[in-house]
Amino acid sequence: MKKVVMGNHALSHGAQLARVQVIAAYPITPQTQVVELLSEIVANGKLKAEFIKVESEHSAMAACIGAASAGARTFTATSSQGLALMHELLHWSAAARLPIVMANINRAMAPPWSIWTDQNDSLSQRDTGWMQFYCQSNQEVLDTLIMAYKISEKVLIPSMIVLDAFSLSHTYEIVDIPDQELVDRYLPPFDYQYRLNVDDPHTFGGLTTPDWYMEFRYKMHHAVNDALPLIRQEGIEFGKLFGRAYDTVDPYRVNDAEIVLVTSGTAASTARYAVDQLRRKGKKIGNLRMRVFRPFPFADVRRYLKKAKKVIVIDRNISYGYHGIFAQEVKSALYGHSDVPVYAFIAGLGGRDIFPETIGRIVTKVEKSKKPTRDIYWVEVKE
Amino acid sequence: MPKNRSKINFKNVRDLPPMVMSLRSMAANPTGSWRNLRPVIAYKDCIQCMICWKFCPDAAIDIVDDRPVINLDFCKGCGICAEECPKKCIEMVKEGK
Repeated sequence: MKKVVMGNHALSHGAQLARVQVIAAYPITPQTQVVELLSEIVANGKLKAEFIKVESEHSAMAACIGAASAGARTFTATSSQGLALMHELLHWSAAARLPIVMANINRAMAPPWSIWTDQNDSLSQRDTGWMQFYCQSNQEVLDTLIMAYKISEKVLIPSMIVLDAFSLSHTYEIVDIPDQELVDRYLPPFDYQYRLNVDDPHTFGGLTTPDWYMEFRYKMHHAVNDALPLIRQEGIEFGKLFGRAYDTVDPYRVNDAEIVLVTSGTAASTARYAVDQLRRKGKKIGNLRMRVFRPFPFADVRRYLKKAKKVIVIDRNISYGYHGIFAQEVKSALYGHSDVPVYAFIAGLGGRDIFPETIGRIVTKVEKSKKPTRDIYWVEVKE
Repeated sequence: MPKNRSKINFKNVRDLPPMVMSLRSMAANPTGSWRNLRPVIAYKDCIQCMICWKFCPDAAIDIVDDRPVINLDFCKGCGICAEECPKKCIEMVKEGK
């Protein structure tokens, strides 16, 4: 059934359709509506789940860890400072191999206090072992949430669904909310082999000497890597059932493109609009949207970028003392495979709008340049 | 995963479960030797309220014939039972005395 819903409620509907069994959450703008609607859905008896009110995000993730250990399908949502507070337990949940799915609404880190979008909150959690999916539409948010449970439960690695504050979380779009019966056909109930069981007790997470610690890390790394072909396969499978297929990256007019923009989140939709405008002026330009950040789709990035003459990465995040985080990964993917110059642009921090004209000006600047002369280009900063 | 063996020798990563977990119940791993204070219950004052049993963080108090009995194979001597006992009839005595 098609409905006009905001990004936050697309998550609530997705969690309901995935038949989550435990929701533990603490409110934070701009995430709160996600669990607000879910609490109503649970209270009205439309979803058989435990809704646990906790005193902090740290406790929300702890409750999810407990519930997932008992074999429940769990969900939570947060933003910014809340995600940062969870940090310790993000490591724990991933290394304990619990397939928790969480939504993070990208909100800039304070100070200065901000409620608007940028990606430094989620990207700061890069090395926790969580998979990260960056969405560009409310439909993709709902679909990715359902797919994430299937992928996570197969490889036993948690997933983070990431969407921009306000430009997606509070923006109303038409979303096809699939039938429960179809979702049930796609997503079987969670059957956890290692669940807590009083008849067969084990202790989890215990002390491991240097003899074996590294082997657990090796296994975890391979599990995250194994998710990459699975993400592709599940994206195709989902497409067959629901009519909307997904991949690790989302190329747009890149085949003959001399300049390729690399973007993520809602900036990617704007970039596509800008690409169409620039194409009408005869410019050979395309856009590669990064949908999956961890596991990083190195081969796909290479495939779409190595033929380009110039690559522009627009990062809505910054690694202080270096440059944008996606730019860093893209350079790493191309190293030793292609000499294409990579221009690292920082734009839209703290929710500053990235307009099609913004992208147009970035492209003009790069067109005039032979090679990058700076490690980092700040867009529209009052220098 | 191998089970019910006193000594398990893993060869490589394929033998390991995905996350670290004990192969058996921790009942097979006595930890009483960590203790340097031993709880001693004065049964003449004990009212069998079982508050000690409820509070023991290591489930090291068993109920035997309606009375709390410290399981010294697992008691680490934390003293929570003595602290919580409403009759103050659990004394922590130094091990070796």
